[in-house]
Amino acid sequence: MTATAQVSRAKPKRQPSYMKDGRPRSWTSIIVTVLLAILWSIPTLGLLINSLRSRDDIVTSGWWTVVADPFGQGWTWDNYVGVFTGAADMGVGFLNTVVVAVPATILPIMFAAFAAYAFTFLNFRFKETLFVIIVGVMVVPIQVAFQPMLNLLGPNGIGISGEFVATWLLHTGFGMPLCVYTLRNYMSTLPYSVVESAKIDGASHYQTFWLLVAPMAMPAIAAFATLQFLWVWNDLLIAKLFLAPSNATVIVQLQQLLGTQGQGEELLSAGAFFSMALPILVFFFLQRFFVRGLTSGSVKG
Amino acid sequence: MATVTYDHASRIYPGTERPAVDALNLEVEDGEFLVLVGPSGCGKSTSLRMLAGLEDVNSGRILIGDRDVTDVQPKDRDIAMVFQNYALYPHMSVADNMGFALKIAGKPKAEIRQRVEEAAKILDLSEYLDRKPKALSGGQRQRVAMGRAIVRQPQVFLMDEPLSNLDAKLRVQTRTQIASLQRRLGVTTVYVTHDQTEALTMGDRICVLKDGVLQQVGTPRDMYDTPQNVFVAGFIGSPAMNLGSFKVADGKANLGGAHIPLTRTTLDAITDEDKGEITLGFRPEATHLVSEGTEASFGIRVNLVEELGSDAFVYGEMLDKEASEHISSGAGDAQVIVRVEPRNPPMKGDTVYIQIEDGQKHLFSSATGQRLPE
Repeated sequence: MTATAQVSRAKPKRQPSYMKDGRPRSWTSIIVTVLLAILWSIPTLGLLINSLRSRDDIVTSGWWTVVADPFGQGWTWDNYVGVFTGAADMGVGFLNTVVVAVPATILPIMFAAFAAYAFTFLNFRFKETLFVIIVGVMVVPIQVAFQPMLNLLGPNGIGISGEFVATWLLHTGFGMPLCVYTLRNYMSTLPYSVVESAKIDGASHYQTFWLLVAPMAMPAIAAFATLQFLWVWNDLLIAKLFLAPSNATVIVQLQQLLGTQGQGEELLSAGAFFSMALPILVFFFLQRFFVRGLTSGSVKG
Repeated sequence: MATVTYDHASRIYPGTERPAVDALNLEVEDGEFLVLVGPSGCGKSTSLRMLAGLEDVNSGRILIGDRDVTDVQPKDRDIAMVFQNYALYPHMSVADNMGFALKIAGKPKAEIRQRVEEAAKILDLSEYLDRKPKALSGGQRQRVAMGRAIVRQPQVFLMDEPLSNLDAKLRVQTRTQIASLQRRLGVTTVYVTHDQTEALTMGDRICVLKDGVLQQVGTPRDMYDTPQNVFVAGFIGSPAMNLGSFKVADGKANLGGAHIPLTRTTLDAITDEDKGEITLGFRPEATHLVSEGTEASFGIRVNLVEELGSDAFVYGEMLDKEASEHISSGAGDAQVIVRVEPRNPPMKGDTVYIQIEDGQKHLFSSATGQRLPE
């Protein structure tokens, strides 16, 4: 096996019977991967099919019957139309979600990157202790903080509950510990001499951060940005509790589509599919960073 | 241009007892190329970083010119440093890398461009100015790091083992390039290396450090001809000097079959603490082969002959087993290295008789390790 691997590495890389890393092509692994991918996509596929079927069809037969008889069914756009013309306009919800998600992604990353820089390249008292505390608060579940936060941000406190800014603050607060941790781990793999060289070159900490460390940490920043964006986009709890109904996000609207007697069930699949559209786009454009981000910090380079 | 002065400068790392650099006193002349050399952990890099301002000075002072820079920020010291791993900014082009310091200093773009281009011309980098460091070879990256230092036109260059990431052949080439470049620019340079060949070939003067303590400063010739103590004697020179612990009797240094006469001055300098012993050193190239029985000669059994074309080195041990344990060389304990005529080297297993050439032996006190007068 080792001998084969060595021989294959010597050959040109793009030879058809070899995989990207130079090992011989393995049909077993390809088939297993494809099967797993199909298995994992089945729920999404069911959702897509159901979103294009009428209420009666959904109630009487499962979505998988379509696979056997694709043209015997009545395909319809009605559910999508219903989603935009119903009690809550999902188009507005979509915009609301963008307004929530974009600052709630940028803010924690910006602050966390500053903090990670300080934790990596500066020396100050209690640095290690502070870092341990920051990592430690990650174990606090987000739900237990809601009551005090509702008080603080509500009418008896600062009075911003219901506004977008409340969700920005909460997502920033809850997202930062993990972000500080990931970014610090990544930054500590950057060569320290670069920062020293910048120091001799006369760069201030601010310049060192913006001109050198931030660009060099871009893979980790982009990776965390994708994670944070998806998390904020799909968040129900914070949006539901801290946003006024007029500011509701798609996920909140989705939850409200379903009435207590199960009416509106057909709209749910269409709405759900619509709410997924942007995250899927984000994922496809940034998947390179996404995968790298999962290993960044753990694997050097 | 400026001089550099270390005045009893010490550095103690937090949590350690022993100073990494212990009361270093050193003067570097204006325009001089000074090499700090020593084994790893000897404090040479720390000394350089103290001068750069990257390490605190716990006691003593450091001066550049007449200015006390002990507590001055690195950027205000008017120095430029070349790092071992070059510390290039990976996302910037070569030109941006070289012009970074000027950009930070707020110099006009045209001036930056002009100075970068001048430096690039000197270093033969003109055609690579728009490339990223990733797309350069090791030697080119090293030159970019040099270029970054040159562009700043500083008072002092600091170089921290800048050649250790290059392959052997390139290292020899770059070595001469750096030395001649420094001579042309005339900028005071402090250069750190662990490689004594680099030190001998590049430095105007060499400064040997061990365990944070300055051992000797001098020209390469001084270091080679009159090492001040056993450590410097064993460190400078390749292959390293043979050093033996000899018994002193009848005005001679005796070890096994070897009886080497000592002068009156030397004998007078030996104290009671030496316990009748003396450390005698001789370089592999300061010997010649003689016939058996010649005065002050001794026999060596050949273990290995290393033929380099221009030279041949005999690795062997003294005939007397007991005596051989008291001698050591660059090849290890109980080994003696001798340079012989390369056209006609002895064979493995032969016994050869050698004599130390006149005035080529180095005598050290066995108690203090300091050089004894001859």
